[in-house]
Amino acid sequence: MIGALAGLGRSGLAAVASVGRAHLLLLGILGGTGSLFARPRLLIAQMFSIGVLSLLIIVVSGLFVGMVLGLQGYYVLSQFGASESLGVMVSASLVRELGPVVSALLVAGRAGSALTAEIGLMKATEQLSALEMMAVDPVRRILTPRFFGGLLSMPLLAALFSAVGVLGGYFVGVGLLGVDDGAFWSQMQAKIDFHEDVVNGVIKSIVFGVVVTWIALFQGYDATPTSAGVSRATTRTVVHAALAVLGLDFVLTALMFGD
Amino acid sequence: MAKMRTVEILVGAFMVAGFVALFFLAMKVSNLSMTSSGPGYTLTARFDNVGSLKVRAPVSIAGVRVGRVDAIRYDQDSFQAVVNMRIDAAFDRIPSDTFANIFTAGLLGEQYIGLDPGGSTEYLVEGDQIEHTQSALVLEQMIGQFLFSKAEEKSE
Amino acid sequence: MGNGSPRLSTARSDRGPDASGSSVSPPARGESLVKIRGLRFLREGRPILDGIDLDLERGKVTAIMGPSGTGKTTLLKLISGQLQPDAGSVIVDGQDVHRLSHRELYRLRTRMGMLFQSGALLTDLDVFENVAYPLREHARLPESLLRKLVLLKLEAVGLRGASRLMPSQLSGGMARRVALARAVALDPMMIMYDEPFTGQDPISMGVLVSLIRHLNDASRLTSIIVSHDVRETASIADYIYIIANGQVMCRGTPAQVAAETSDWVRQFMDGLPDGPVHFHYPSAPLEREFFGAGGDAQ
Repeated sequence: MIGALAGLGRSGLAAVASVGRAHLLLLGILGGTGSLFARPRLLIAQMFSIGVLSLLIIVVSGLFVGMVLGLQGYYVLSQFGASESLGVMVSASLVRELGPVVSALLVAGRAGSALTAEIGLMKATEQLSALEMMAVDPVRRILTPRFFGGLLSMPLLAALFSAVGVLGGYFVGVGLLGVDDGAFWSQMQAKIDFHEDVVNGVIKSIVFGVVVTWIALFQGYDATPTSAGVSRATTRTVVHAALAVLGLDFVLTALMFGD
Repeated sequence: MAKMRTVEILVGAFMVAGFVALFFLAMKVSNLSMTSSGPGYTLTARFDNVGSLKVRAPVSIAGVRVGRVDAIRYDQDSFQAVVNMRIDAAFDRIPSDTFANIFTAGLLGEQYIGLDPGGSTEYLVEGDQIEHTQSALVLEQMIGQFLFSKAEEKSE
Repeated sequence: MGNGSPRLSTARSDRGPDASGSSVSPPARGESLVKIRGLRFLREGRPILDGIDLDLERGKVTAIMGPSGTGKTTLLKLISGQLQPDAGSVIVDGQDVHRLSHRELYRLRTRMGMLFQSGALLTDLDVFENVAYPLREHARLPESLLRKLVLLKLEAVGLRGASRLMPSQLSGGMARRVALARAVALDPMMIMYDEPFTGQDPISMGVLVSLIRHLNDASRLTSIIVSHDVRETASIADYIYIIANGQVMCRGTPAQVAAETSDWVRQFMDGLPDGPVHFHYPSAPLEREFFGAGGDAQ
């Protein structure tokens, strides 16, 4: 009994210590912002590996999500004779919620796990130590460009997801199911507000970008430097990032879309 | 290095595509293009009850949107709501005896201001006030009136 | 690690008469580049290093040997300031490593080179860029001069022709040589080698052994080799420390250590399978395992 409690206390303390380490790492990463301007190549390389390489999955997923929204939305709305509001339904769902959230989850899975594995492997093969020995701060050189690469890529990916999704919904709704073309766009334009919907969606995706990249980098940096340790860290990245995104989404939605 | 060049081009293309998507969302999907801060003039109107009229609600004549509600405030001296409307400059021939009504779009929709043109040959200009107004219909008042009239019928 | 505590040869450890047991004082040693005093380091409560004193002489090759897991790599990390000790001091070239500011520590590190066990080359850069990395970081050199320097360093380790290969295309031995070229890129005052001979074929081993010695003498470096490859290391070392159980078990020149007669040192140096470090893990007697306590056949 006491043993179980002690074990619980130990894990609790370990978790708290881990949160502390994560924040210290974030401070270190942000501290390297200045040095980023001295080496823009590093940032560009990271935006490529996080942003450009995620394009395929983001665009394809966005297209399918939009098409499914068009289909499902049509079936539900036509029961109330409100099929002309399909445009609003598809675009509101995408811009406010699905765009930022789903793209964040996809990026966490694809790019986040890749980041964790890469950093963990660098730790296991002593490359991080080697950099320290060469008097180069590995946090500033390796982690900061990746952090900003993720942060800057995420809103763009979310916007692409939403845009492609809307087009997918248009294709299904107007092209296949016969919703009126004009009604689709005009209702959407009347009801979707730039500040309240689009900008809030972008803010969400920026927050998600910070959280996903931060978790991915921390798990890699903190991983046990063995192959089992790195694989555990990779799994943890995807799980923690997904939970964080969904939890933050609730909080942000409550803050932004309440009255 | 040739590889770096390719990377840079692709990243640039990615950023352009992202911004184009954002632009698309802003222009085509949302109402940004509608909220033109183009040339226009401001009119005011006083209502006893604006109901659930909101800022940026449309102002229309004959069902066509000609402007937007800019601001709604409460005047403590006259106990009335004062609504500022911004009318597009293109619509400069609104008669000075026009009615301003608060209507509801659809059965459960948003409220908007519908202008009913009068017959005057003088037109409203910047800063003018629309004198003839009709407040929003409040559901409870309507029900109350209905019940009252029903009760009167009964008692006759 | 052994489960029997190795008997400290009474007249032969840390301070006092030299290893051969005679009362002649140890041969005069030159000035120490690295002085370690009373160094203690605990990991999860267990002392990995328990109050050790070391002197690493300038211009010489010093070997630090001992069984696996005795904290030899930890010692290197303590010298370079990557780890903080629980007690004691490490003085490198007159500076107390753990009292330096971040900037001063980084400046000190540019004068130290380290060769990691696996080479630790940066995998996304080719050989040339790996060796050029510290130069690009810390020295403002025109590109043509940088190129010549890098190629010279690669020439010294015999890999100038491989300058455009990627680390994944190199064999283990070649990767270590490239890492060595990188470690000397800034002409440091000392190099630390972490298990350089582990897992090498005889030819690569021979190459590395001679490289280490030649580099040390040609550039008047101070080299610290951490290894448990007794024969190779002893063949080039000027001075040897043997560390086990967090203590210095034995110190001296290779000749002195070879003449050392304590059982434990002899078992280690000669690679004997049984001795103070027992062959068998502690267990019940064999008969009991197979035939039970009362002699019942199972």
